[in-house]
Amino acid sequence: MTAQAAQQNTTLAFDHVVAEIAVALQPFKKGEVAITATTDIAQDLNMDSLAVMDLLMELEDKFDVSIPLNMVPEIATVGQLAQTVIESKRGA
Amino acid sequence: MGLMDRFKAQRELHAAVKTCGADPFGVKMDQILSATEALIEGRPTILCGSNNYLGFTFDADCIEAAKQTLDECGTGTTGSRIANGSYHDHKALEQDLADFYGKQHCMVFTTGYQANLGAISTLAGPNDFLIIDADSHASIYDACKLGSATVIRFKHNDPADLDRRLGRLANEPGNKIVVVEGIYSMLGDHAPLKEFVAVSKKHNAYILVDEAHSMGVMGATGQGVVEHDGVLDQVDFITGTFSKSMGAIGGFLVSNMEDFDLLRVACRPYMFTASLPPATVASVRKSLAKLRANPGLMAKLWANVDTLYDGVEAAGFSVGKQKGPVVAVHINDPALAARAWHALLQNGVYVNLALPPATPSGTALLRCSVSAAHSTEQLQHVVAILARIGRELGILGTPAHAVAAE
Ligand SMILES: Cc1ncc(COP(=O)(O)O)c(C=O)c1O
Repeated sequence: MTAQAAQQNTTLAFDHVVAEIAVALQPFKKGEVAITATTDIAQDLNMDSLAVMDLLMELEDKFDVSIPLNMVPEIATVGQLAQTVIESKRGA
Repeated sequence: MGLMDRFKAQRELHAAVKTCGADPFGVKMDQILSATEALIEGRPTILCGSNNYLGFTFDADCIEAAKQTLDECGTGTTGSRIANGSYHDHKALEQDLADFYGKQHCMVFTTGYQANLGAISTLAGPNDFLIIDADSHASIYDACKLGSATVIRFKHNDPADLDRRLGRLANEPGNKIVVVEGIYSMLGDHAPLKEFVAVSKKHNAYILVDEAHSMGVMGATGQGVVEHDGVLDQVDFITGTFSKSMGAIGGFLVSNMEDFDLLRVACRPYMFTASLPPATVASVRKSLAKLRANPGLMAKLWANVDTLYDGVEAAGFSVGKQKGPVVAVHINDPALAARAWHALLQNGVYVNLALPPATPSGTALLRCSVSAAHSTEQLQHVVAILARIGRELGILGTPAHAVAAE
């Protein structure tokens, strides 16, 4: 196994997490605009706080991590959410 | 941006709801006639949306106890118990509740909201974890915000999901407190407490149960779901309210926790608000005494539950899965639900209208609640009116709604 592959085993790649989040966000997608790291979860996707909390729960299961509700105020974009998931995985 | 501009969504939602012909969030009761009837817009109206499960708001003995204490002790305490001291009945009520639950300690709060706010925010410290049911009451969510613990949410009434989420925290050194409710206020379903207790013990977590809607309703003596499921002795904390089956206002926390009384000088929603007025405390002591002397009161409640729940279900409505005094009628379309709510009111039946996103089901709800004080005739009348309106509005028995509901 290369060093890089070993690295990828324990840390999640940012782009991969963003792509997974985009899949989970399909029901909230507005028109044909793609969901990217800069998509604003509340403003662009119109998600209310309950929908955001449900999304966190889904991502906790998808990535087998704990994402505390305390993080919600700090997460505005898909990229920030991906970063939160990655850090939770590292901490786990 | 103006101060109120942030509430655009609420403004729009409220305006949309009012197009049903009335304001569901601003109903004016001109006169209260009894525990089950009020005059609204000049019409005698059956109250089928209160939480007056045992009908104690107009119990003659409770009223007498409150009146007598009003004369003896005055209208209010004008301060918190920490600053202004405890009246005899504050202490006596705490003793009554500790006895009722067979726990060593009790603290009484000014509302059930504050009991949750105080207990949950104070018990869990900055290095601890609160693991809460996804459908928790606002008071539990607000307690999490007031406190400093890390908060994790698990799927509603799902012990396997709780197990998984606690498992992910296995290497975290902090204390864990699981928070669930007995009966849930919107859909009327109740927690599988046996399973929740087992999962909590497995992970060395404490468990707190809010019996707001289940005290005086479930269990042989009315302790709630803790009694119904036989886990009273394994539950670490119980909170509850006097605003529902006790027919007054106030809240409580009971526990066997060592050093419990430290909470009285650490818990801000206890320390920095005025204590309950003595007349209220006296009426609650009387309600509790009456429940303890006559748990048969609950049999009348459950007979009434049969009348309403079975009647509404037989009429063809989609109702909450577990039978209980909260009967939630699901209506997919919020605008249709609001029209049905208004038509009920115009026909002398008051129920609660609950709309998404505030409902756990994602659908609108006509939330009905049953009291032991309802007569069978009143509840049969409610079922008949509901069924008629359901047919008139096409909620029942027409393909049109089945299509609209997709
Ligand atoms: C589950 C639950 N807990 C707590 C409360 C708060 O009770 P209170 O009305 O005494 O503030 C309520 C009622 O609104 C409730 O439904």
